[in-house]
Amino acid sequence: MTAVIEAVGLEKRFGRLPVLQGLDLSISAGGITALVGPNAAGKSTFIKAVLGLVRPDRGQLSVLGQRPEAGESYRERVGYMPQAARFPENLTGHEVIRLLSGLRGHPADQDLELVKTFGLVPELAKPVRTLSGGTRQKLNAVVAFLFRPALVILDEPTAGLDPVSSAQLKDKVLAAPGQGTTVLLTSHLMGEVEELADRVAFLLEGRVRFHDTVAALREQTGEHKLERAVARLMVRAA
Amino acid sequence: MTAFLRILRAELRDVLRSRWLPGYAVLFLVLTDLLFRFGGSGDRVLLSLLNVVLLLVPLVSIVVGTMHLYQSREFVELLLSQPVGRRALFGALWLGLTVPMALAFVAGVGLPFLWHGTGGAGGTLVTLLLVGAALTAVFTALAYLLAVSFQDRAAGLGAAILVWLLLAVVYDGMILVGTAIFANYPIETPVLAAVVLNPIDLGRVLLLLKVDIAALMGYTGAVFERFFGSSRGLVISSLALALWVALPAWLGMRRFVRKDL
Repeated sequence: MTAVIEAVGLEKRFGRLPVLQGLDLSISAGGITALVGPNAAGKSTFIKAVLGLVRPDRGQLSVLGQRPEAGESYRERVGYMPQAARFPENLTGHEVIRLLSGLRGHPADQDLELVKTFGLVPELAKPVRTLSGGTRQKLNAVVAFLFRPALVILDEPTAGLDPVSSAQLKDKVLAAPGQGTTVLLTSHLMGEVEELADRVAFLLEGRVRFHDTVAALREQTGEHKLERAVARLMVRAA
Repeated sequence: MTAFLRILRAELRDVLRSRWLPGYAVLFLVLTDLLFRFGGSGDRVLLSLLNVVLLLVPLVSIVVGTMHLYQSREFVELLLSQPVGRRALFGALWLGLTVPMALAFVAGVGLPFLWHGTGGAGGTLVTLLLVGAALTAVFTALAYLLAVSFQDRAAGLGAAILVWLLLAVVYDGMILVGTAIFANYPIETPVLAAVVLNPIDLGRVLLLLKVDIAALMGYTGAVFERFFGSSRGLVISSLALALWVALPAWLGMRRFVRKDL
């Protein structure tokens, strides 16, 4: 299996604040990996480094075989669902989708499945400013999966979604590896991680302290519930 | 179509559909129309407009520009997670705001002249419209430079207002104090340099040279005209104003390209 993301010794400081402190992580193609850890552990910064939004000070990073700073072409195969989506207020959902689609050269094979399952069709004709927070988040999810990416990054994907839409999105995530999409997600909800992820990467103070399958995590910590298992990791690392 | 043009089109659409933009145009429209109705002829209306334009256009441009870029932060992140280069994105975001704002100003001031007539001051009107459009570009470029430089929204907005205050109000006061103190020395050259270093003064000088009432409008204008004569002064001040657009835009883009978002 080839690595979709390969990070070796990533370091990043914001001013005097060290955020990534020698982060090593290799994510191979085809699974669902959950990035977990306390606040300020470096999850967002790592995701931003993968997307090329943040430049690491030191270390090597390769995403889909390309260094993010070498150019933007690898992002044609990356989908991203940020935690809080904000689109230009006066554009309609359709216009946002057309813009993003145009930026990728209007690929013929677009995945509009989520538009149907969310029942978004009537909402897409309205200006974004009139949409509720939940509806914007749905649009956000549609955009992430739209271009059948090889890698999709979901930052707290179900935050702000009602239970029905949340379940629909989770089904989509679970089906993604079967369609050739590797998933990297963050979540504070251990129930969600348990439901979705086959591997867990535990971050603390800018380093990966644990990265293995969910089963291995349970075995190593002797805890059946994921919440307790992660708590045990935190205590152990402290 | 390139990424630049696609983003520019979306940005233009967004700004043109906003509610504040027509409000901005109407403000100038009402003001100009009222000045006509209070018995002004074309050139007198233009003179009254001059000082309003020189204060208001920079203020609105720098405040709206700063806020606009902060509000676009999440969308910028989403766009940069697409295969889009940062230069193209920055350029499209800047022009997408600047062009509609400049057009709103031109329409607001220009339209009343259509029904009231220019009264022979057509050339001055065109100069005023061009100066207003150029100042819009200068101050949105400064706004973007500040918004890219300050991570914190409140700090960025504060800096924007400070920059406006400095260039629009404090600067002229300082020149005045300077000329009073050094009144017995040959200070034409420093005063000229001081004018070129402030885009608002440049705009004023451009208009004064056109209206040919330089002496009416303060020391800087008088010196400028005597030094350069009208046509050379126009060329030099236009070039300096163009530089005032290009420099902050270039610096802002450079910062944006290197920035951690």
